Formats: sequence, structure tokens, C-alpha cells
Amino acid sequence: MTSDNLPDKPASVASGAAATGEATGLSTPHHNSAGTNRNSNLLRRVFLSHEGVLLIILIASVLTLATQTDKFLTTDNLLNQCRLMAEVALVALPMTYIIITGGIDLSVGSILGLCAIVLGVAWKNYGLPLELAIVLCILTGALAGAVNGFFITMVGVPPLIMTLATLALYRGLAEGISQSRSVRGYPEWFYQLGQGQFWGIPSQLWLVIIALLISGFVLSRSIFGRALYAIGHNETGARYSALPVDRYKLIIYSLSGFMAGIAAFIFVSRVSTTRSDMGTGLELDVIAAVVLGGTSIFGGTGTILGTALGVVLIQLLKNGLALTGVKGDATIMVIGLVLIASILITNYARSRQSGQRSEH
Amino acid sequence: MRRVLRLLASQEAVLLLTLITLFVVVGSINPRYIAERNLYSIFLGNAYIAVAAIGMTMVIISGNIDISVGSLIGVLATISGTMAVSGVPIILCWLAPVVFGVLISSITGFLVAYLRIPSIVVTLGMLSILKGGLIAVTGGAWINDLPDGYALAQLKPFGVPMPIYFMVVLTIVAALWMRHTATGRSIYAVGGNAEAARLSGISKRRTIMTVFAVHGAFVGIAAVLFATQLSVIQSTVPPNLELTIITASVVGGVSILGGTGTVIGSTLAAVLLAAIGSSLIFINVSPYWLRAVQGMMILLTVLADLYRRRRQGLVK
Repeated sequence: MTSDNLPDKPASVASGAAATGEATGLSTPHHNSAGTNRNSNLLRRVFLSHEGVLLIILIASVLTLATQTDKFLTTDNLLNQCRLMAEVALVALPMTYIIITGGIDLSVGSILGLCAIVLGVAWKNYGLPLELAIVLCILTGALAGAVNGFFITMVGVPPLIMTLATLALYRGLAEGISQSRSVRGYPEWFYQLGQGQFWGIPSQLWLVIIALLISGFVLSRSIFGRALYAIGHNETGARYSALPVDRYKLIIYSLSGFMAGIAAFIFVSRVSTTRSDMGTGLELDVIAAVVLGGTSIFGGTGTILGTALGVVLIQLLKNGLALTGVKGDATIMVIGLVLIASILITNYARSRQSGQRSEH
Repeated sequence: MRRVLRLLASQEAVLLLTLITLFVVVGSINPRYIAERNLYSIFLGNAYIAVAAIGMTMVIISGNIDISVGSLIGVLATISGTMAVSGVPIILCWLAPVVFGVLISSITGFLVAYLRIPSIVVTLGMLSILKGGLIAVTGGAWINDLPDGYALAQLKPFGVPMPIYFMVVLTIVAALWMRHTATGRSIYAVGGNAEAARLSGISKRRTIMTVFAVHGAFVGIAAVLFATQLSVIQSTVPPNLELTIITASVVGGVSILGGTGTVIGSTLAAVLLAAIGSSLIFINVSPYWLRAVQGMMILLTVLADLYRRRRQGLVK
């Protein structure tokens, strides 16, 4: 940065802040009299923002994959990938909220499994109408999330341990209730959401887009959303500012379960069967996507846009590897590498940023 | 009298009493439960979990967690088995997992201690790297034709199976190390109050690095026991192994808030979990409920721990 240029100082400080702390889509307004610097500052801010870096990586990987195999850049493949990432995307939205507050939810995969089993068993074994079973499935998710939220806020169990316990508990319930038997043979209309199309686009993608827009708007423009950042930055401070910290946390953990319930419905509809091991390891994909998207695991920062880019990037890399001949589960290797690398790069960039800021 | 009461209220005593009650109650319902063969299978088949839980206990006491431990055991067991099949001297096949365990776990430790990435994220990443890498390299194939003399876990010096020696000796050694050496004490200090530890001249970084390295050694030994207990090794990651190991540590009395806990507790808990798992079959409960029981046990232990601390006024 041009440190010898005096009028530039506030702008570069602001851009530093925008890239480090408040990369929330609400850019810090700054009045810069040195007009020549404005464009380069804007550019720098885009490049230094986590989302900007992700976008560049995303474009680069699309271009690389497109030259590696001609099966990648086809409408069919891309739309199919959108189908495959719908569940991760839906669960990643509330996970972004949770991680912004400094919490975590490891139980989402197990909640998905439990909900799927509730859906299947309620319909097949208890003979409930399928519509009611779907509602029950989603409610089970919300309840499972609320149980997490209750113990975390009212009893004071740390989120990591609470959701680790329910990771085992909910999966155990799914296995116990179903006795590991699968349910299949759903009526034709049930597959519409998971396998059907709407205006040429996979049905579940519409749901993802709507959820994405709403949660992005809520996070960046509502009092509730802004309060989540406050809780993540300084929970005690947020309490002293009379923010209903416990109620908000209860809401986001319930929301996480609720979304896992919807994801379970989509999942069952997509693969046509219900099994108790559904969603195993989902938490890994979701957390990797959120953290890759720039949400700090320490809380306080993160955006829905970043999470969306993270989800897309991970699915893209998995797809690319699979197309180049890497088999099945081996593709999760890339998630781990990307997860650790992205944190290292972000940490490095931020320490350089703060280093430069202290020079001024 | 007070001392006796306090001793009885300790986590280890509670676990031991629960274990004895379980053996008595289930044994009286179905005597085959406490037959020698079943007791052997409870202790023998799960000793490696107890050994890995020793390392995990240290990691949790220092205020961290390792959820990649199951994948690491899978990788190390495969390394050991592959070496044995290709004719490497058997003693090296037993040592290699320990060496690689220390190396890989030290990488995790370095990322946590020096680059300050939270252990949950690092080990989440390690989990998928190790698990994915293992499948990519081996394709999940079985390792057969292991050479004679490789089966360390099947040896029975003085009539007692080898894994039990390992479990008991390593628990005692680790308990003494943690209680009576400066490094051992500093693990509690760092996990209990990092700032106070820093002010008393304990390097948090070095302590955490050491904890992960030592943890890697225990995981390596656990991997050898795991690899040698059957005559084949499946080169994949045993499902949910990390959860079982973490459950043993937490139920064994490691405080979720860091700073307290013992390896004696975690070993007792590992045995208790195995005993519960085995008992389900003998009292005609479907084994599919096992994981739900595990989850409930973590939750109850954690709640009991919070309750105890609140009564002592440690947390509000």
C-alpha cells in the first residue's frame, strides 16, 4: 500500500478493515479525495476479500476442469451437480449462522439420518399418509435441533460436546428405530422434489436458491442477523447490550435441525430409499464448505455468499476428481486439503493485513 | 469417613461400581455373559480402544480434540500389514505404526499449536485426508497372508492375552507420567487455565505439540493391536471408531471444559462401554441401539460434570 501518500491513509485502513473484519457485504463507506486511488482500492478490496479469492479459484478450477475432460462443462453434468449439492447447501446456511456465533453443530448428518428414518417408518410401518410423514420428518429435525439448542443455552454444555453426543445419539436412534432396515417403494409423486424438474431446472435447486436469498438477506440486513455477528465477536458484550443471546442461539440450532429435516426429505426423494446411515459424514462437507467460504471458526465473521461459493467449489472439485477417474470416497481427501489450506491462506493474508495496518 | 466418601464419588469409583453392577445384574439374567469366553472377548477385542483413549484423554485435557483418530488407526494398521506382507522384519512392522503415528499426529499438533488453527478443524481435515487417501491408495482391499509371528495381539505370555498387558501397563505408565512429571502436569495446566500456565512459564505451544506427539504414539500402539488381532486386515477406516474412543475419554471423566480427568478413568470407561455393548445381546436388546446408548452416556456424563462443577462453584 502506498504509505507515503497521506490522503490515502483512511482509505487503506478502511479497506483493511473491510477485508479483515467486516467482509459482510456491507462495505464501510469511505470518502477518498485521491480519485486515482479509488479504483485500485476497490480492486484491492475485491481481491483481498475472501469471496473475491474464492471466485477466482472457482473460475480457475472450472477452466482447468473444462480442458481436462469434455464431460465436465455440459449442462447435464452441471445441473446434476446442483442436485447433488442441494442437501449440503441447505444445511450449510444455518451452519453459517451457528459458526458466526462461535458455535458448531456436528450432529447435522445424524439429524438427517434420523429424519429420513422417521419419514420412512411413519409412512411404511405406522401407515400415516405420506404428506403427514413428511411434516413429521421436518418437525423431528427442528425438535432435534431445539434439543441441542436447549442444552447449549440453558444448561451450558459446550456446542462441540453437545452435538458430538447427539451425533451418536440421533444416529443411534435412527439405527434403533429402523433396526437398520431400509424403506423403499414410495409413490411416484414423492420423487418430484428430488428427481423432477421445474422450468428445466432441478426442483430442489429452486428451494436452495430461495433459502439462500432469504438467509443472506436476514444475515446482512436484519437485526437478528447483525446480532449473530455481535454474539460471535463478544458474547458477554452482546448480553450487556440486552441482545436476547440465548433465544437467538436456540433459534439457530433449531433452524439447523429444521433444515436437516428438509434435506432429509430431499435426500430420500432423490435416492428413492430410506436408510439409517443416510447423511453420515454430512457434517464434514458442510463445515468444510462454510469454513472454506470464509466464516471464521472463532466466530464473528462470515457471509452467506462465501458459504454458497464454498459449497459450489467443493462439489466442483469432487466432481472433477470423479471425472478424472478417482473413485468414490477418495474424493473426500480433497475436502480436507482444501479446508486446511484455505484456513492457512486466510490466516496468512490476515496477519499480513494487520501487519501492514500497524505500519501506518 | 469423608475421604472414603470422596473416593467413592470419584469418576473412577463410579465407573468401577457400574461395571461390577453390570456384570452382576446381566450375569444373573444370563450366566453366559460372565463366562470366561465372553469376558475375554470384552477385554480382548476392545483393549486397543482403551489404549487409543489414553492418548485422546491427554488431548482433551489439554483443551483440544482429535476426531481423525479412527482414520489414523486405519491408515497405520494398513501400513503395518502391507509391510508385513512384503517381508519386512516383523519387529519393524510393529514399530512402524508408532513412528508414523507420532509423525502424522505431530503434523496435526504443529497446525494446532503453532499455526493456531482450532483442533476440531485441523482434525476434521485430517480425517478426510487420511480416510480419502487410504481408499485412493488401497481401494479398501483386504490384506491376507500375514506372516507367522506377526499376530502380536494373539500372543498369550503366562496365559494372559497380550492386549491386556498393553492396556494395563500403558494405563499405569501414562497415569504416573501425567501425575508425577512436569510435562504431565503442564498438560493439566494448559487445559485448565492457559493464561495462568503461561505466567508460570509453561509454553502452551510446546505442551500441545508434545501432547499430540504422545497421542500419536498411543494411536500407533492401538493400531498394532487392532491390526494383529485378526488374521486379515481390511484396509479401510473402521466406522465410528473415533466416536467410540472419544466417548471412552469423556465418560471416563475427562472434563469437557479441559484441565481435569485421568487415564485410569478412560480405560475403565472403554471396558464399561464394551461391556454394555456386549450385554445388549445377552439381555435380548437389539445391538442397533448401542450407539444411542453411547450418546446418552456422553450426555449424562457431561451433565453430571457440569452439575458437579456448579456445586463447587467453578462455573456459574
